[in-house]
Amino acid sequence: MTSRTAATGTATYAVTNAVFIGRSLRLSLRNTEALIMAIMLPVMLMLLFTYVFGGALDPGGNYVDYVVPGIILLCAGFGSSSTAVDVSTDMTNGIIDRFRTMPIRSFGVITGHIVASLTRNLLATAIVIGVALLVGFRPSADVAGWLAAIGVIALFILTFTCLFAAIGLVSGSPSAASGYGFALLFLPYLSSAFVPTDTMPVWLRGVADHQPITPVIETIRGLLTGTSIGNSAWIAVAWCAGILLVAAVWSIRSFHKKAGRR
Amino acid sequence: MSTCAIETTGLYKRFGKQTVLDGIDLTVPAGTIFALLGPNGAGKTTLVNILSTLIRPDDGKALVVGYDVVKQKETVKQSISLTGQFAAVDDMLTAEENLRMIGRLSGLTAAQARKRAAELLSRFELTPYAGKRVKTFSGGMRRKLDLAISLTAERPVLFLDEPTTALDTISRRTLWETILQLKQTGTTIFLTTQYLEEAEQLADRIAVISGGRIVAAGTADELKARIGGAMLELRDAQDEVIRSVPTTGHYDDIRQILNRIAGEVPPLTRVGIRTPSMDDVFVALTSGKMNKNKEESAS
Repeated sequence: MTSRTAATGTATYAVTNAVFIGRSLRLSLRNTEALIMAIMLPVMLMLLFTYVFGGALDPGGNYVDYVVPGIILLCAGFGSSSTAVDVSTDMTNGIIDRFRTMPIRSFGVITGHIVASLTRNLLATAIVIGVALLVGFRPSADVAGWLAAIGVIALFILTFTCLFAAIGLVSGSPSAASGYGFALLFLPYLSSAFVPTDTMPVWLRGVADHQPITPVIETIRGLLTGTSIGNSAWIAVAWCAGILLVAAVWSIRSFHKKAGRR
Repeated sequence: MSTCAIETTGLYKRFGKQTVLDGIDLTVPAGTIFALLGPNGAGKTTLVNILSTLIRPDDGKALVVGYDVVKQKETVKQSISLTGQFAAVDDMLTAEENLRMIGRLSGLTAAQARKRAAELLSRFELTPYAGKRVKTFSGGMRRKLDLAISLTAERPVLFLDEPTTALDTISRRTLWETILQLKQTGTTIFLTTQYLEEAEQLADRIAVISGGRIVAAGTADELKARIGGAMLELRDAQDEVIRSVPTTGHYDDIRQILNRIAGEVPPLTRVGIRTPSMDDVFVALTSGKMNKNKEESAS
């Protein structure tokens, strides 16, 4: 009998995840164009809304305080959307078959992309807030308010990242994933991100008030600038938790269903 | 413990209405090279995907190193390594990072993974490119790296799905040498190919797959013997084959053939007798069903 035993065993669950997270972070850093876009686009939008539209939207000059929470979410949404492309690229490439045939939890590939997206977007958010402070954003929050706001932003990024990961898993190609993801990025425009919803036509206001972005924005705005939050916080958390659950189940199911098919 | 590295009985797989594998029975002894030879769409990749636990068969049974690929999937994964049809390498990482990543995922410590990566890079003559991102690599280099990655964990069974497709002749020959060296270490190699020459050069045993069925199996010589003893070949002055006739190789049979064609042969024709090539075998085995492939393999 000439066959030999395996020289090495299996990586632990922790090592597997650490390797995949490291891989995704490295990919994020090397995908320079996407990284620059993820930071530049929200900054440009903020400058656009503050200096170009701001005067017309709010002649008092406080529009920057109103719009920054919306820009943060737009930035987070845009930044997480590249997860769809990253996931889809991996799923349509031969490397996924190698991971799946190794004695490891191969779903770690997706976990890696999710953690990298969270890290990347929290960093981009910090830069956006920094620029906002430079152009006159004057939040009134104390430390607890900031921490709560960062918590809500992180939850939102996680939720959208998981949703984009699921989209990446079900779409047939990276460009299709990018297309589907793009549609979701219109949601912030149909919310209270840029203008209060009571300025919209009644039918649109119904949509804007009852979609997940509005309560999230109202919560962040309230936490940072002291506007009234009401029950937005609970609605925001409920929306995020619900979407997160659906996206997670959807991701795990399609990941296993797609084995051997590319 | 059985000495069969791979054993399947009645494997059946359907995608929608199309039957892709229609009752596959085969055995691969441990430490040998087995080639699954067949045209595109014959079911080669599907079979590799089942054996490497990526997809489940609809019916039948497959054992790899004695473990069931469906019921004992996780155990099977500890004994196999797959090099798929498309190079399974990470484009955005360097060659060395690719190797280290797989090393870590195979349970090596960071230091061991680095050492193993260095060994494999040097063995595959990739050391000068260790720090280069894989997206800058040529097809041959990617394949070499792919194979190097597959060897990181030294699994007893290696699956190579069309390892040399789209490679130039030199890269192909280098890869062949590497595969033959691997056999020396006792690794069982299951490879698929559409190239007859590749199967003949590398494999101890060959199975010809066509339309989801194994239509013939054996050593290259056994397969050749199946279509008769020899071929009588007539070549014109330009050394082009003008006639190719199967013969038993006996004096009487050859004399009869020559008598039969007397007068139809141009001057300066040369007569030769050769054993059938794998091309002849392949055409004979798959003819009728697949005219298109017949043309391809004849050319």
